[in-house]
Amino acid sequence: MELLLKINEIKSGKWTGPKWLWPVIMAGAVLFFTVRVATDSSGTYVQNLFSGISLGSILILVSLGLAIVYGLAGIINMAHGEFLMIGAYTTYSVQVFFTNVLHVQSSNWFFITALPVSFIVAGLAGLLLERLIIRHLYAKPLESLLATWGVSLILIQTARSLFGDLTAVKLPEMLAGGWKINENLVLPYNRLFIIALTIVVLVALYRTLTATRLGMQIRAVTQNRSMSACLGINTKRIDAMTFFIGSGLAGLAGCAMTLIGNVVPDMGQTYIVDAFLTVVIGGVGKLLGTITAGLGIGIFSKVLEAFFEAVYGKVLILLLIMLFMQFKPRGIFPDKGRTAAD
Amino acid sequence: MYKKIISVARLAILLLGSSTMLFTACNSGASKTGDAANDSTAANTVKIGVLHSLSGTMAISEVSLKDAVQMAVDEINAAGGVLGKKIEPVIVDPASDWDLFAEKSKELLTDKKVAAVFGCWTSVSRKSVLPVFEENNGLLFSPVQYEGEESSKNVVYSGATPNQQLIPAADYLMSAEGGGYKRFYLLGTDYVFPRTANKILKAYLLSKGIPKENIIEEYTPFHHQDYQTIVSKIKKFAVGGKACVLSTINGDSNIPFYKEFANQGLTAATCPIMAFSVAEDELRAMDTEFLVGHLAAWNYYQSVDVPENKKFVADFKAFCEKKNLPGGAKRVTDDPICWAYTDVYLWAKAAEKAKSFDVDKVRAALHGLTFDSPAGAVKMDDKVNHLAKPVLIGEIKPDGQFSVIWKSQGLIDPQPFFTLNAKN
Repeated sequence: MELLLKINEIKSGKWTGPKWLWPVIMAGAVLFFTVRVATDSSGTYVQNLFSGISLGSILILVSLGLAIVYGLAGIINMAHGEFLMIGAYTTYSVQVFFTNVLHVQSSNWFFITALPVSFIVAGLAGLLLERLIIRHLYAKPLESLLATWGVSLILIQTARSLFGDLTAVKLPEMLAGGWKINENLVLPYNRLFIIALTIVVLVALYRTLTATRLGMQIRAVTQNRSMSACLGINTKRIDAMTFFIGSGLAGLAGCAMTLIGNVVPDMGQTYIVDAFLTVVIGGVGKLLGTITAGLGIGIFSKVLEAFFEAVYGKVLILLLIMLFMQFKPRGIFPDKGRTAAD
Repeated sequence: MYKKIISVARLAILLLGSSTMLFTACNSGASKTGDAANDSTAANTVKIGVLHSLSGTMAISEVSLKDAVQMAVDEINAAGGVLGKKIEPVIVDPASDWDLFAEKSKELLTDKKVAAVFGCWTSVSRKSVLPVFEENNGLLFSPVQYEGEESSKNVVYSGATPNQQLIPAADYLMSAEGGGYKRFYLLGTDYVFPRTANKILKAYLLSKGIPKENIIEEYTPFHHQDYQTIVSKIKKFAVGGKACVLSTINGDSNIPFYKEFANQGLTAATCPIMAFSVAEDELRAMDTEFLVGHLAAWNYYQSVDVPENKKFVADFKAFCEKKNLPGGAKRVTDDPICWAYTDVYLWAKAAEKAKSFDVDKVRAALHGLTFDSPAGAVKMDDKVNHLAKPVLIGEIKPDGQFSVIWKSQGLIDPQPFFTLNAKN
């Protein structure tokens, strides 16, 4: 009974524990991992940690665009995964163009070209979606949810009709193989590349949001739409730009995904659930929250998977998330102060 | 506003969960055209049902089987039909939806009154139509390897039983010729075929004196993409030497698995993967460089060197090109395609022998029937509705084809209920 009361207290936010609780837990976890890694001769923990960071970086890359769009407009873009798919198919098309039209033998150049191209193509597709459909559905979360879901079905079937079910993107030569640290530990180049790409994207996005005029305007509209409009910001243009960046990031993620997975019409569906979980746990529209949540889910999944089977690892991680959402329904970094009121 | 967003987010996740199901449902009911029962000509034709998913997740595999059935039908019709009647296929689309499989099969049996049905890929779809076939005394030809533990008089299982695929593969790997492997990593997708297959394999390996600690069993969810942890586990397992992987990984998880396997520095030389669910049709457009040298166990490959097969492969490519099917002349044949094609001939031969399309008479006529299939001569068992056939181990080549590196001595008799003591 007392325990129940206590839980209720924690849930209602009256009791948040002593101030030192979270830092101590965090420090303990970091210490635990450092000790395990330092005393780890077989490379198992380093491997698991690396796998976790790698999965985390993928989740971050996929969720970033979703987090921005979601944070700015409150639009739950169910078609986000399909922009990822568009990015992957753009990469495939660039590959076909390079091998069949330009006759370039090396598989490095097509991939380097495909990175910006997939960003732009997916971004433009997002812009089109915003112009045609979402623009009319702002402030109607349910309608926009269903509409974007319908769009995602249409996009999947379109890809299936255009490209068929079987397509393959070649791994660029420079990213084949891995960095051999010792007999037991090989860090694959393709995964190192995705981690590096995620860091670059994060830095670029952070700079854009904090140090450019567009970024300031995006943040202003995110915080208070009508006030920003009153101050002369063209909110419609900001919405469109945000959608372009968000969808473009998904396209970039799709291009990166061709390094590790398949290119299939419904590939977006595989990642979108995890991306939503990442965004919701991180707190709506919070860059730092998305990073923490992505890395957290990634590392937890991989560590759990090492001890249990993959199936049970997935079940456990979902249980942990459900538990977490009970106690922190607004994510890791909820809004504070007046902005949280509405 | 905030609460609204959260509740919508919850709805979104819920919706995503059911989206695959809904998606397949959206695709259903698309293919009802073209069979507006032409009763005036009914006297000259005999109807058969084709029950393969043409949309949804299984379409990638099952469409090819529909094409193979269609080709066999065209060939038989061009040669004069069966018992003087032309075959008229009634093609339906169960859209990868197990419930729809049952509905469509009922429609085929009671409404269209087909003489036989050719269809099903997954065991779950076959199990969902089984009661319908038993109730209406229909006849289903199912061409895909399965996990055994089922033998209905209303189903003809032309795919491999466990002792026609799993056991010979394990035997081969343990033999001196196959490399004398002593440690086995059983890896599969989490559903009925891998679970049962691994149970059988494990029992068999234990009976052959493989100690328990040298057998590891692991499953991943459907559409699993991240194989880092599992591959590093396999890598550690392989350090002990003489280790191999027996893979029942399904569909789109294969590419990430093989890619990760190669990238972490494992090769077919140090630790080969023996796959039970990877065939030519899936390899058609995959990036096969990561798969080269790994193994598979089937009863047929496109590269099988018999005259019947050379003709079959050439005919299939020509058929796909002529009918303007996706892929055209680049299409390939594989084990399930071979048996889907063979099934139609088996049924036609049995009907000729029985001089009737009656299910009971056709079934009686099927037993003991022999046929020169693309995989070589095969024989229907005398008691159960299964085929006796050869078993082949193949090695994956860079072009996505297999070179046969081992062949069983003669035909292996089917054994739907696998027991350790039975003689092969």
